[in-house]
Amino acid sequence: MSILGVLSQLLALVLALLLAPLLTGWVNQWRARLQNKSAPGLLQPYRMLHKLFNKDSVMAEHASPLYRTAPYVIFSCMLLASAIIPTISTDLPLSPAADAIALVGLFGLARVFISLAAMDVGTAFGSMGARREMLVGFLAEPALLMVLFCASMITRSTSLTVIVETLAHRDLAIYPSMLLAGVAFTMVSLAENARVPVDNPETHLELTMIHESMILEYSARHLALLEWAASLKLFAYSCVGLALFFPWGVAEANSPLALFLALPVLIFKLAIGGFLLALIETLSAKMRIFRVPEFLGTAFLIAVIGLLVNVLLGVG
Amino acid sequence: MNPLPAITDWVHLDWVLVVVVAWLAIGFMGVVALRRFRFVAVVLFPVGACFSLLLMAVALSAAFSGTETAVLPLGLPQLPFHLRLDSLSAYFLLLIGGVSAGVSAFAAGYFRQGEGTPPGLMCLEYHLFLASLSMVVLANDAYIFMVAWETMAMSSFFLVIANHRIPEIRHAGYLYILVAHIGALGILLCFGLLQANTGDYTFANMRAQHLSPFWASTAFVLAVFGFGAKAGVLPLHAWLPEAHPAAPSPVSALMSGVMLKIALYGILRVSFDLLQTRIWWWGVLLMAVGLATALFGVVFSTVQVEMKRLLAYSSIENIGLMCAGFGLSLLFSAYDMKALSALALTASMYHMLAHAFFKSLLFCSTGAVMHATGERSLGKLGGLMRYMPWVAWPTLVGALACAGLPPFGGFVAEWMLLQSFLFTTGLPNGFLDMLVPVMAALIALIAALSGYTMVKYFGVIFLGQPREESLSHAHDAGSWERLGMSWLVAGCVLLGLFPNQVIAIIDPVTQLLVHAGLAHTVADNGWLLIPVNVERASYAPAIFLLGILGSFALAFLLVRKLYHGRMRRVPPWDCGYPWQTPRMQDTAEGFGQPIRQIFEPFFRLKRHLPKAFDEQPSYKVTLEDPLWYWLYLPVATLVERVSRIIGMLQQGRIAVYLMYSFVTLIVVLLVVKR
Amino acid sequence: MIKFAPQLINLFATLILLLSFAMISQRRIVTLINLFMIQGAALVAASFLLGYFTHQPDLYVSGVLTMVLKVIFIPWMLHRVIRKLNVRWDVETLFNVPTTMLIGIGLVIFSFSLALPISRLSDSIAGGSLGIALACVFLSFMMMITRSKAVPQVIGFLSMENGLIFAATTVTNGMPMIVEFGIALDVLVGVLILGVFMFQIREKFDNLDIHNLEALRED
Repeated sequence: MSILGVLSQLLALVLALLLAPLLTGWVNQWRARLQNKSAPGLLQPYRMLHKLFNKDSVMAEHASPLYRTAPYVIFSCMLLASAIIPTISTDLPLSPAADAIALVGLFGLARVFISLAAMDVGTAFGSMGARREMLVGFLAEPALLMVLFCASMITRSTSLTVIVETLAHRDLAIYPSMLLAGVAFTMVSLAENARVPVDNPETHLELTMIHESMILEYSARHLALLEWAASLKLFAYSCVGLALFFPWGVAEANSPLALFLALPVLIFKLAIGGFLLALIETLSAKMRIFRVPEFLGTAFLIAVIGLLVNVLLGVG
Repeated sequence: MNPLPAITDWVHLDWVLVVVVAWLAIGFMGVVALRRFRFVAVVLFPVGACFSLLLMAVALSAAFSGTETAVLPLGLPQLPFHLRLDSLSAYFLLLIGGVSAGVSAFAAGYFRQGEGTPPGLMCLEYHLFLASLSMVVLANDAYIFMVAWETMAMSSFFLVIANHRIPEIRHAGYLYILVAHIGALGILLCFGLLQANTGDYTFANMRAQHLSPFWASTAFVLAVFGFGAKAGVLPLHAWLPEAHPAAPSPVSALMSGVMLKIALYGILRVSFDLLQTRIWWWGVLLMAVGLATALFGVVFSTVQVEMKRLLAYSSIENIGLMCAGFGLSLLFSAYDMKALSALALTASMYHMLAHAFFKSLLFCSTGAVMHATGERSLGKLGGLMRYMPWVAWPTLVGALACAGLPPFGGFVAEWMLLQSFLFTTGLPNGFLDMLVPVMAALIALIAALSGYTMVKYFGVIFLGQPREESLSHAHDAGSWERLGMSWLVAGCVLLGLFPNQVIAIIDPVTQLLVHAGLAHTVADNGWLLIPVNVERASYAPAIFLLGILGSFALAFLLVRKLYHGRMRRVPPWDCGYPWQTPRMQDTAEGFGQPIRQIFEPFFRLKRHLPKAFDEQPSYKVTLEDPLWYWLYLPVATLVERVSRIIGMLQQGRIAVYLMYSFVTLIVVLLVVKR
Repeated sequence: MIKFAPQLINLFATLILLLSFAMISQRRIVTLINLFMIQGAALVAASFLLGYFTHQPDLYVSGVLTMVLKVIFIPWMLHRVIRKLNVRWDVETLFNVPTTMLIGIGLVIFSFSLALPISRLSDSIAGGSLGIALACVFLSFMMMITRSKAVPQVIGFLSMENGLIFAATTVTNGMPMIVEFGIALDVLVGVLILGVFMFQIREKFDNLDIHNLEALRED
């Protein structure tokens, strides 16, 4: 654990915190432009966070201590997730603490806490949102795990840093199972980050909400933390996708120069990814809730076929 | 018989027998003080808990020492009791001691007056149950094994029908004892096969036998059938969702947490220890049965509307996952892949210990809720976190552990199990190589569904608003109940945070059963759990927890420093509709409805829908177990028919009975004459 | 570059499998025809690539033939047919979509395990894709069985033929030209006959639901 390692870990954390709202702002901008509307500013999410932190928190009368602490727990989960995903460097001292399976467990922990917080208020919207979120989660979580397992079988490791290093260093190899895993991963990230076609993040109709109805009751600093956690989740998913499918440009251990180069590469990759996300969102229509399990079931089965193709082609 | 050696020379087996005798003594003292409720509750049960702690300590020490055997001159003249304490037994004794300490402490505060059975009698049955569980694990021949097994079944039967005045509880108990005896029959037949006509029923003799593959496979299948009936494996699971809710909560906790594991001990003992051959399809059979059980259990648990039935089906799910892990280990062992076999075995044994702690904790919490509110249906609970924080927060820990979330114990077991599935490329049979990733996918799906169930369980009971007016009178748990639940919480948390130490305890067991272990790769790594090597996989739960707590604290402090912490309380958002009532929250049926819709073929659904012109429209949905109608009822009808035909022999007239004896005498004489 | 050959072939094989899987879970007929077109294009690309790497000009010809038929002519014709007959949606399937997908996974496992020993022995640079091609054939067959309107059944038939050609191309580096032409002619005639058939069904029963054909049996 060298000084450079600690530095790159801290840098990765700070970068995640700072860049995540920027990524959300970028996606929102492109969504607006593609729909021929005038776009909000790129720094709008930061202003929103600042505004929310300044407000007084307004809480339901009978909300329990779980309700008050849940936003902090969820924020911490997302922060830890961003800390173990190799965004700009694979030299992360924290990465032996949690591997791919623990990453999925971390997302699961955040999902359980937000569902419990939603049920705590005791109105119809909260419990409906909790039910829908767990429905999305129960299929998305195994699908994500299978996608990560595809990569693990190829690289013979479940540690994310080792996966990135191995994939980046192999001679340009095209793994067919990664194609299947990529399709499945796209579908899962759309579902987990509450994007069209699964859930519309801009909706104000409670009956169509999944993610939004769970944070309906929150206000001020709690809402700010939850919005930041949602941006961090999008950032984390994008970085996992980049790490698995486009791992080049990430700095290795003991190369401080590569660290400086990795940052613009990351921003470039994320910009393209954000644009593609906005494009997918504009071109798709939101699907009805009872079709979501079919959608995610397809993603799960495609990921399983990816694993089987791995076995067939004798990889790993 | 030699005189007793000095107390300093006593080996671990002696101390275990001391605990067993002490429990029996406590039980008899309970009979003496039959209706002295306070004495039984405040003195006898806590003393029993202390002996559980002693058992736990002895087992921890025994896990690392060698095998000890003993022969007790009890029993029949030519058939003394053979006992043996090896690392496998020690592990299960650890499980029994650890869980029963917490549950006995809880029971001290739980039992109330006037519950049908006198408290002294309950004390006898309870401690007899504990003693027989320990004796099953210590048994070294089939005789004491069956004696202890039957004692366990009978004592738990009486515990289940503690409130015997209620007919449903009597029916549940009857079903339980019926399936238990069907299982016992299977176990008896299995032992009969294992002793291979030598007439010597000791386990040492059974180990020395070399059965042909056909007979060994038959013995294995009988063992899975017999022990699986007690463990609640498909299709012999129907008693579990009836018996666990019928029993008082500490008894359900012990049954679900400990007794089901002892049934799995039986499978382990027979397939890994007593049978020397390994055939590959045994492992596949166990995996298939296990995964079917797990999927069935979790899907049913998601749609339940009663607290304890939900937890009972969740136990079925976990037992299925453990069986799947054992099956994988058996499969690897058949292909002589020792290290992988040890990994899968370690994962499942870890899961057993973790499940014992968190399931007992959850059942104890249902007991506390039932006492406080008098309700057991999820549709009448809600918002109890305000009134019962001492029950709610431990239940949260138990629910998170049950959902398999980091950093608790359930996650470590699941992590290791998934790792063992991932390592598998290299099985000689291509079809199996293909099947193993699919099974890993199924396990991931089952784990995610169990998260769904636990959110439903905790959210509907403790969060939200109370669905009934009377819930505001709910009182919090008493001090004994708090002590018991805190002990179990500590178990869940410690199992999650210190996996290396627990694996060090499991290592002698895997060394015994598959001749390989994880300890040498795990031991040097301190905080990190590394099954094979660092590049392959690693997990550090303590750092994980510190990371979450650290960022929690940092976020909290920074927000308070840079901004402020002001708050106002207002009524919740009602979207402009001011007549919101607590009944408008999701009910338990509503929360499980998506799963019911997706997995509809699993259920036998009866729906009563209102028609368009109904004056008083009503909607009713009942979900039933289809296996009950496909398997149990037809078998019961067949048995009834056969017994009715045989019953025709009972004519009631003396002349007919005399004629039976007459005819038998003539036939015997004819046969002898030949 | 030559060492990328097996990987590229496997990539195209996986793309074809993905498209087969997407077709069995797709409800809209227009999207179904487009997916079929992309599958044909992937097959063409794989043929060209294989022809380039193994220096067999036959595969170029086969590729061009497939392109003309499967990528240009047949999709165009199908688009015309559905516009004329005004069928857009195929709502009723024999099983619902999740069950179909689960059966699909079972078929994939079955065909992979069948092909596993063969692919370990094969010398061809694309030996590993036999299992994938077999899986495509099975999935398309299942699509034919479970759909209730005529156009998806036709597409299932054609997609099955795609899978067979792919299997032949990769494992044995193509078929003799005579056989190739023969199959192409068969497919063309088959599609024309099916087109006529569809018009007849539509005229007689006013919609393309093949369950109507059951009314023709003798009772």
